[in-house]
Amino acid sequence: MAAAELAAVWLTLKLAGIVTALLLVIGTPIAWWLARTRSRLKGVIGAVVALPLVLPPTVLGFYLLVAMGPNGPIGGLTQSLGLGTLPFTFAGLVIASVFYSLPFVVQPLQNAFEAIGERPLEVAATLRASPWDTFWSVAVPLARPGFISGAILGFAHTVGEFGVVLMIGGNIPEKTRVVSVLIYDHVEAMEYTQAHVLAGGMVAFSFVVLLALYTFNPQHLGGRRG
Amino acid sequence: MKRFSLLLAPLLFAASAHAGEVSVAVAANFTAPMQKIAAEFEKDTGHKAQLAFGATGKFYAQIANGAPFEVLLAADDETPARLEREQLAAPGTRFTYAIGRLVLWSARDGYVDGRGEVLKKADFKHLAVANPKTAPYGAAAVEALQKLGLLETVQLRFVQGENIAQTYQFVATGNAELGFVALSQVHKDGKLTAGSGWVVPASLHAPIRQDALTLARGRHNPAAGALLAYLKGDKARSIIKSFGYEL
Amino acid sequence: MSEIRARFRIDRGGFALDVDLTLPGQGVTALFGHSGSGKTTCLRAMAGLTRAPGGYFALGSEVWQDDARGVFLPTHQRPLGYVFQEANLFPHLSVRANLEFGQKRSRSTGGARLAEITALLGIDGLLDRRPDSLSGGERQRAAIARALLTSPRLLLMDEPLAALDLKRKLEILPYLERLHDELSVPIIYVSHAPDEVARLADHLVLLHEGRVVASGPLGETLARADLPPAFADDAGVVIETVLAAHEADALSRLDFAGASLRVGQRPEALGSRLRCRIHARDVSLALKKPEASSILNVFAARVAELAPTDTPGHVLVRLDVGPTPLLARITRRSQRELEIQPGREVWAQVKAVALLA
Repeated sequence: MAAAELAAVWLTLKLAGIVTALLLVIGTPIAWWLARTRSRLKGVIGAVVALPLVLPPTVLGFYLLVAMGPNGPIGGLTQSLGLGTLPFTFAGLVIASVFYSLPFVVQPLQNAFEAIGERPLEVAATLRASPWDTFWSVAVPLARPGFISGAILGFAHTVGEFGVVLMIGGNIPEKTRVVSVLIYDHVEAMEYTQAHVLAGGMVAFSFVVLLALYTFNPQHLGGRRG
Repeated sequence: MKRFSLLLAPLLFAASAHAGEVSVAVAANFTAPMQKIAAEFEKDTGHKAQLAFGATGKFYAQIANGAPFEVLLAADDETPARLEREQLAAPGTRFTYAIGRLVLWSARDGYVDGRGEVLKKADFKHLAVANPKTAPYGAAAVEALQKLGLLETVQLRFVQGENIAQTYQFVATGNAELGFVALSQVHKDGKLTAGSGWVVPASLHAPIRQDALTLARGRHNPAAGALLAYLKGDKARSIIKSFGYEL
Repeated sequence: MSEIRARFRIDRGGFALDVDLTLPGQGVTALFGHSGSGKTTCLRAMAGLTRAPGGYFALGSEVWQDDARGVFLPTHQRPLGYVFQEANLFPHLSVRANLEFGQKRSRSTGGARLAEITALLGIDGLLDRRPDSLSGGERQRAAIARALLTSPRLLLMDEPLAALDLKRKLEILPYLERLHDELSVPIIYVSHAPDEVARLADHLVLLHEGRVVASGPLGETLARADLPPAFADDAGVVIETVLAAHEADALSRLDFAGASLRVGQRPEALGSRLRCRIHARDVSLALKKPEASSILNVFAARVAELAPTDTPGHVLVRLDVGPTPLLARITRRSQRELEIQPGREVWAQVKAVALLA
């Protein structure tokens, strides 16, 4: 593999790793809230989180491009904080990917939290555990399969992301040129050999990830144990 | 119901006898003029043109793999030549339907001066350029920058659009302060539709010839031939010119 | 020990709970009723697991809920132990870690020690096992130990035996009796099984359709003849006896206030306290002392009260054998023909005695 390919692979893995970590941090409270709330806002928030599942990535990417641009609300905020604008930066890619992959982490987590049910939490309360304590010592360990599924799906989905990155990345080597964009580049330039190497790698990677998911975590969207 | 279909049958028959359909792949930069031309074409000939817009490179890959396009309006002259060589096109139908003009454009008024001096200043962060490997306008932009001796200094500030439409988005949303786009994207009826720009002199890059041709699948479709003939006519040519292309 | 006060009113459309209870601060109180009677809801309200707006709950001077004064301790701040119908051990923790879960979090000093409690419940050999490798009975004992290790001031048990088969029930009951005998923690025990209640409880609360129909000491409450017909089929008394003598023909004599019972020979030591349950349907009445009868246990008794039962053909008769109450279920025809009326002296023949220990 040439230097450009290696740089793209490394950038992709770095992006997916950071995004997955962020998604677990952000997705966990959202999933917990969605799993437990009786608020009427549940449907609204759930729908917003699930939007990237149905929106074409280019639509999402376009709105992010506008929102994060100098005249958009996010861009206005980042500029007033002295951070400049986010498109064409790695940070921008991270933020866009977090939006884009959010449902892939939130939904397995939400399912896992829902599968725990009320009872173990009540038991913990009768054993003097505060709600915060219960969350960490009971809910999180019991939802472990959901965390594993969410992390794998979030990582894999970020690796496979294309439309959003294309819209806001600007194809800058070592900053925003990830594997999927490079594949597209090669196809567009009719460099099919290089495209095959990367695309074949993507297919193999995706297969291995899904195989791992189904082999080690067969109830991959649930959290019920014991 | 029966009577209704009896009434309807001659109408349907008449329509299919006189009007055909042609499936056309159109380079993204030619979207606006082609929509207008297609409407006129239908009005004048009764034929209907089904338009698909996209990147020329992608169209090539699709056509080579059996996509059912009958006519291609490419963004360059190389791809049609290649299709001809590979016998994926009807021989002898290729011609240049438009010559694109490159413009250095900004969404901000007064940002780009009339001589492109802004490129020598260092106060912009991002210069949007279409991917020179795949987009003819990108290749032309790189060529022009080279001739101006500015390529080295501005290259680090490149953000690449995958095609000229995306490059335009980068600039139009203000994420890139300026960029090289097709004049047809920002020009209508002789003037810029918004922002400020410098039309890059044709001497700074090889002409961006956009060729059209009938593809192998359209060889026996009279509507395909009719469309190519219509593109050469005065009505189409004046529409094309009004969008900032040369001929 | 100070008493327990509970007052809850919950209205959930189809179901309403309306109770106002004063319970002893020691021993086992059974909340007894059929399913849907509100006993579990009542217990959950005591624990704060179910919110009963406007409710009140106090353990002695400790008020856990008094909505009139804005007091409501969340469950995790109440020094209670709760045993659910299913053991609900945490599957991700070993038995030991399950037991230590509550122990670590209870702030009380000098709390119950692990070794002592696990020995009491016979699970000291299971500490390093995973919950899913335990039998149902072992799991439930571990759950009870886990609750006890929080050093609760009140132990709430919601049908802890209901999910177990008879064999497992018999395996656990002796441990529950030991809890009763060896711990000073008051226990509130929800059950719909009369035998469990008769065996374990000191105090009985009868719930019917969300309301308290009777509350009092076990023997006294069971002997009441005025309970709703729904309870009449299970009518019967529990008598506290002392194993007084072993007699010829492999019989043992059990003394209680007013008379003695004879039963098949008991293995317990003389002087042991034994609980007996006598069903009303196993007691028949005669006007003259029966002679030449195979029935051993015949007592002189005085009719105290008559009450209807769940069937129109029967009547429930409350008798006094000295100071000890006894219930008999007889047909209305017999009642009329024998002229059974309050104050009448009769002979009560007891066909069967269930020993509860």
